[in-house]
Amino acid sequence: MTGSGVSDAHIHVSLKGVTRVYPADSGHGEVHALGPIDLNIRRGEFFGVVGPSGCGKSTLLETLAGLVRPTAGTGTFEGKEIRGDVPDGIGVVFQEDASFPWLTVERNVEFGLRRAGVDSAEIARRVDHAVDLMGLNAFRRAYPSQLSGGMRQRVCIARTLVTRPRLILLDEPFGALDQQTRLLMGEELLRLWRDTGATVVLITHSLDEAAMLSDRVAVMSSRPGRFIAILETHWPRDRDSRVVSDPAFGQLTSRLWTLLRDESRKALSTE
Amino acid sequence: MKHPALWRLAIVAGAVLLIEFLCRIGIIDRVTMVPPSEMVVALVRMSVGAPWFWPDAWSTFRNIGVATFLSIVPGFLIGLIIHALPRLRAVLNPVFLSYYSVPTFVFYPLLIVIFGINSASLIVMGAMFGIVAMVSATLVAIDRIPRVYGKVARVIRLSPWQTALRIQLPAATPHLMTGIRLAVTYSVIGVIAGEFIIATAGLGRRLTLAYNDFDTATMYGLILLIFIGAAIVNIVLQRLEGRIHKRWYRA
Repeated sequence: MTGSGVSDAHIHVSLKGVTRVYPADSGHGEVHALGPIDLNIRRGEFFGVVGPSGCGKSTLLETLAGLVRPTAGTGTFEGKEIRGDVPDGIGVVFQEDASFPWLTVERNVEFGLRRAGVDSAEIARRVDHAVDLMGLNAFRRAYPSQLSGGMRQRVCIARTLVTRPRLILLDEPFGALDQQTRLLMGEELLRLWRDTGATVVLITHSLDEAAMLSDRVAVMSSRPGRFIAILETHWPRDRDSRVVSDPAFGQLTSRLWTLLRDESRKALSTE
Repeated sequence: MKHPALWRLAIVAGAVLLIEFLCRIGIIDRVTMVPPSEMVVALVRMSVGAPWFWPDAWSTFRNIGVATFLSIVPGFLIGLIIHALPRLRAVLNPVFLSYYSVPTFVFYPLLIVIFGINSASLIVMGAMFGIVAMVSATLVAIDRIPRVYGKVARVIRLSPWQTALRIQLPAATPHLMTGIRLAVTYSVIGVIAGEFIIATAGLGRRLTLAYNDFDTATMYGLILLIFIGAAIVNIVLQRLEGRIHKRWYRA
């Protein structure tokens, strides 16, 4: 189930038969976390993934990022195989607060370019741009502890943006935020996606978020995580959070929930 | 209790005044204790008049400094190594937990046999006392580094060295500071207690001499000096630690 009629030239990142099995450890036996999964994501696509808790969503994302090696199968990014290292051109925003408390906002954002071999004038320009884009201008010299959770997550997004990633992977980045902030952050994410032209993969447990933001939404089964369905949303590229009042949005989320309901129940009973 | 610091000060001041009073009216006799005001006078007098004062003070200060350094730097490195070897850590963990329940001073005579009655014995005594606090603090500090930082390092594609210096070291700082403060405190105790038992120089040795000579004023002057010195070091390190914690965890 890889989405209909995607030609090879437009494929940006793909997984073929990807499986992840965690070996037996003291305390538990072998855990089959993920797959097998086949997936093709188009260049410039906004791809959402929803699934019950513990279904291997994060493992999927970390496999795409090259942070986790699949037990079987291969991942490909821009035609090259992903092998245990994070390929150039991929940015990741994690679920946890990954801002560095010992650095100011500015320095945190700049940190993204530490290895990129970019000259200092260019660094300053990119940091300015990313800080501006994420609305952090007034807080440039603040430390993360002085910011709210949402602001800190923006710092992490800005730190990712300075590297100009062509593929941005987000693992429940707004999980810790309240509903209103989530909607607004979602809009900002859409704006970023349009402005940068990057491909975006968003892992979320919020059906609304996935339905509102994505071009396609993949629904995962409980562990071992597989794709049950991939739904096309058909939203225009210049959408914003107002799509939630569109009747199609209601239909979409209810379809997502129908698909997820049994899986979530399964996940709950095995926890 | 709006100002705990003021109350604390008031209690200390009250206790000092009470002792002063009890000494002055003779309830506490002069051989047991001199009035606090005379302790201060004795301290000032020996610092300007006694030829042994500065050499002995320097000797103690230097030994504490070296012992602290030998607790902190090797302690940190040993902590790093043990952290990298979970099996070794499992073996050593009970040792660390019970280390401070063992009176380390029983080894001082052994140190004297090995190194002689000199600074080396005192330094090793102080370092032995301080190093385990630093090793333990290093282990905790590395444990507490959020795992996500490691992932960020890989996404930014830092080398292992850059990850260690740019991420792990700063991320471990607050807990390392706790270890440093404890290492200093334990080194002070180790060195001065060693001097107290047997040594050729140092404030602890002077303290024993004054005690044996019934020179109560000198003895209390020295106690006051050691007390003030330890308090200052502790306050400075605590402030520094507090400032780092505040910056990190203000929210």
